Amino acid sequence: MKFLGLVWSNLKRKKLRTALTVLSILVAFLLFGFLCAIKEAFTAGVTLAGVDRLVVRHKVSLIQSLPASYEQRIAGMPGIAAVAGQSWFGGIYQDPKNFFASIPVDPEKFLDMFPEYSLPAEQKQAWLKTRNGAIVGKTTLDRFKWKIGDHVPLTSPIWGEPQGQSHWDFEIVGSFTGMKKGTDTTSLIFRYDYFDEAKTRNKGEIGWFTVRIQNPDQAAEIARKIDEEFANSPYETKAEPEGAFAAGFAQQIGDIGKIVIAVLSAVFFTILLVAGNTMAQAVRERTEEIGVLKAMGFTNELVLVLVLLESCVLAAVGGFAGLGLAWLATLGGSPAPAMLPIFYIPTRSLITGAGIVLALGVIAGALPAFTAMRLRIAEALRRNA
Amino acid sequence: MNWLSQILSVSLFNLRTIPERKGSAAAAAIGIAGVVAVLVGVLAIAEGFRKTMTVSSAPDVAIVMRSGADSEMTSGFSRDEVRVLKDAPGVARNAQGPLASAELFVIIDLPKRSTGTSANVPLRGLEVQAFDVRGNVQMTQGRRFESGKNEIIVGAGAAREFAGLNLGQEIRIGLNTWSVVGIFTAGGGVAESEVWCDAAVLQPAYHREDNFQSVYARLTSAGAFTQFKDALTTNPQLKVKVLRLSEFYAEQSTAVIEFITTIGVAIAALMAVGALFGALNTMYSAVAARTREIATLRALGFGTGAVVVSVLLESIVLALGGGVLGATASYLAFDGFTAATMNFQTFSQITFAFAVTPSLLAMAIVWATTLGLIGGLLPAIRAARLPIAAGLRET
Amino acid sequence: MTNSNPSLVKIQGVSKAFRRGSEEIHVLDRLDLEVQQGEFLALMGPSGSGKSTLLNLIGGLDRAGTGSVEIGGERIDQLSDRALAAWRARHVGFVFQFYNLMAVLSAERNVELPLLLTHLSKKERMQHVEVALKVVGLAHRTHHFPRQLSGGEQQRVGIARAIVTDPTLLLCDEPTGDLDRKSGDEILGLLQTLNREQGKTIVMVTHDPHASARASRIVYLDKGQLSTQPPA
Repeated sequence: MKFLGLVWSNLKRKKLRTALTVLSILVAFLLFGFLCAIKEAFTAGVTLAGVDRLVVRHKVSLIQSLPASYEQRIAGMPGIAAVAGQSWFGGIYQDPKNFFASIPVDPEKFLDMFPEYSLPAEQKQAWLKTRNGAIVGKTTLDRFKWKIGDHVPLTSPIWGEPQGQSHWDFEIVGSFTGMKKGTDTTSLIFRYDYFDEAKTRNKGEIGWFTVRIQNPDQAAEIARKIDEEFANSPYETKAEPEGAFAAGFAQQIGDIGKIVIAVLSAVFFTILLVAGNTMAQAVRERTEEIGVLKAMGFTNELVLVLVLLESCVLAAVGGFAGLGLAWLATLGGSPAPAMLPIFYIPTRSLITGAGIVLALGVIAGALPAFTAMRLRIAEALRRNA
Repeated sequence: MNWLSQILSVSLFNLRTIPERKGSAAAAAIGIAGVVAVLVGVLAIAEGFRKTMTVSSAPDVAIVMRSGADSEMTSGFSRDEVRVLKDAPGVARNAQGPLASAELFVIIDLPKRSTGTSANVPLRGLEVQAFDVRGNVQMTQGRRFESGKNEIIVGAGAAREFAGLNLGQEIRIGLNTWSVVGIFTAGGGVAESEVWCDAAVLQPAYHREDNFQSVYARLTSAGAFTQFKDALTTNPQLKVKVLRLSEFYAEQSTAVIEFITTIGVAIAALMAVGALFGALNTMYSAVAARTREIATLRALGFGTGAVVVSVLLESIVLALGGGVLGATASYLAFDGFTAATMNFQTFSQITFAFAVTPSLLAMAIVWATTLGLIGGLLPAIRAARLPIAAGLRET
Repeated sequence: MTNSNPSLVKIQGVSKAFRRGSEEIHVLDRLDLEVQQGEFLALMGPSGSGKSTLLNLIGGLDRAGTGSVEIGGERIDQLSDRALAAWRARHVGFVFQFYNLMAVLSAERNVELPLLLTHLSKKERMQHVEVALKVVGLAHRTHHFPRQLSGGEQQRVGIARAIVTDPTLLLCDEPTGDLDRKSGDEILGLLQTLNREQGKTIVMVTHDPHASARASRIVYLDKGQLSTQPPA
């Protein structure tokens, strides 16, 4: 693009102004990146949900548990490929602020149900052999500088302590990582048999079941069948696709998406003004030059494109730097692992961001570019005299 | 001419030229308005949440839970323990006995009106004394629930946020059907997010015969708290945690408020940096456009101080204009805006209204002024340093 | 007029009026002008007489109210804006009183600008630029920025920019108006050379008799009409 040199030289004309504008755009996109990461933190469950998985829980609320026997009954229904039960342990390590999810499961069934968790084979073997063994997500392992072989004491306000003991003792036998970007690697997963034996109430009950179905197209149908199966029992169920379950949960915190969009709109409106103002100034002080370009034979359309290009370059330099910085910053992990266990900018947000960069460049440059295009040569040149 | 009148005349002169640069001036002011609006908007969430959590806590009401419990959800008492708790010294009494209510706290699933997705709504079983313990419960529609019946009354916030809770409607929870017989307010407090029923009816419905989770007690005076607490905590039969209601709610809300405040301030601070660059830009071009005027003024004998202050003043005036605009906009847009969020301690929904308080507005003005000051400082210094002779030739 | 060369510029019945407030000022009034191929025409007249307006009409920078403007056989008054821009790029070079160089570009980049509108490669463009700068005698200052050049040098860059596309017609608006006598003479000499040796047809607006003396023909514009005699 042979005109790029001209555009670039124009941007260098008022270095301070260009720098300030680029910086304000940079900040806007840094913010964009962070807000996307925050939004993702609340909604990642929805995007990562398996299309072939349902969640079956107590109809009245998630805090009530279901009989363990339901596992067999659900597994026996047509169209079901696998069932794995989980419960909410609510474990606390030293201080409630050190929050992370802790969940008792059947190891084999759990790992089979959630292939996105990757655990080395020998660690799995160790887990199967160790009754109080637990596997910990890499994020939490690193956070507390635990090592495999460590014993970790947890307390649980929900379940109390095992009879005659002051805490629950877990031996870390393995650490899992996520196969997919955005997989939550903050949980501590331990064995249900150890849990059920040691807890003092609700024995033989399980928090909720994750169900894999053979044909994702039948999700709604099978969910309805499961609920019918347990209707009018003391433990009625509510079955729904994993995505809907995660979406509903995120929705409980608030309409994060709406808040993020509201804040970003304010940010971009502000930055649009700043960048638009810069471009308007740039075109104003360059009136004669634009007249000369046109006298030389630059068409109105070419002048329009040149000004738009200039504002797009401005937006691109600031915008991509901002997105890049945000991306680098999120590589460092979550600033608040308890509140935001997942913290990364999804690729689709980066693509959206790039689109907004261009849109910002075009919109901020539109009015000045139009002014420049409409400039009449004779009048533009006369200003000089 | 003395210094003050110099400043005054130069400043007035500068301010009069703002209309000539209205595009650029407006961009700077609106940039700052955006920062202030976002700051106030986000912090209004935290303020509203705080207000809801603290407004209803009379100083002479205490809550008792099992020691080690972090919320009512994880607490539990037997009927015998409850009896001991209610008879403790310091508890106020009326004709029916001690002003204390043993309560049960569970969660039910109801769809949110706004999205239709299901939400965890707190359902509280209370004893009849509860109304006198709290003291601020007003029925706005219908009546209180009757003992022994499957009747519920609904807090105004819950009625607003969740579907199916209008007066006269019936809802099915588990195997039981409940009718909504009243809607109540509780001074804007957290109780308004809840659905209430008779504890004695809730217990069997949840297989918790003879179980309660907390005891709320009205004390003879605010000062009686220590006496009440000491009596319970020193009783070897009991393992309890005694809190003033205000302390309890503060404990419950700290994490959420801190989270929102941190995020809100972080976002606003980042935005402020962006807007600051915009303001600097505007002020630098304002100074550049007036190079000749400034040089002329200085040639006439105006001091550098007058020039610096006048540029600063202009920047602050623009910033304040933006600040007032942003604060007004967010007051109009957000004050009283109702929403619901999850209280992670109880795993249930709390409804609240955004609160744009005077202190938030004052803070907005402080931010705007600060931005104006910083945005004007460097350009002001540049203006003061302009060589007079070169400036006079500038076109 | 016994020039056997064909007419390059042929203006017939051109009128142009400006509105100043409620008053309408007729700068050009049914004016005719022919300029032969290879001529060096000086266009003189008092300030505000419409010299620059006429020059702008010839260069296709402005449009007349009525009349026809024919350059090299083409009715440029009938071209669309876009076609007119392309026509300017091919056939006309402008030289301005205040040089109108891009302050942010070096001398060679300034001269290169009109070539960006052609299909020449970067290498070819730089060859043309080199030649143009050599013609104006500035081969040694290619990387200097306008602010590092004297007025005369800047005007040379301006002329190099005007001739780099090898146009048939050079239009100069007070090219020496902002220069001292010595630099002005050099610029006029350069224009004369271009006229004689490279056959450029030049129309030069000036109010300086010293400058017009270098031209091959002088016409005077006054009260919207041309004459071969200076106005009384």
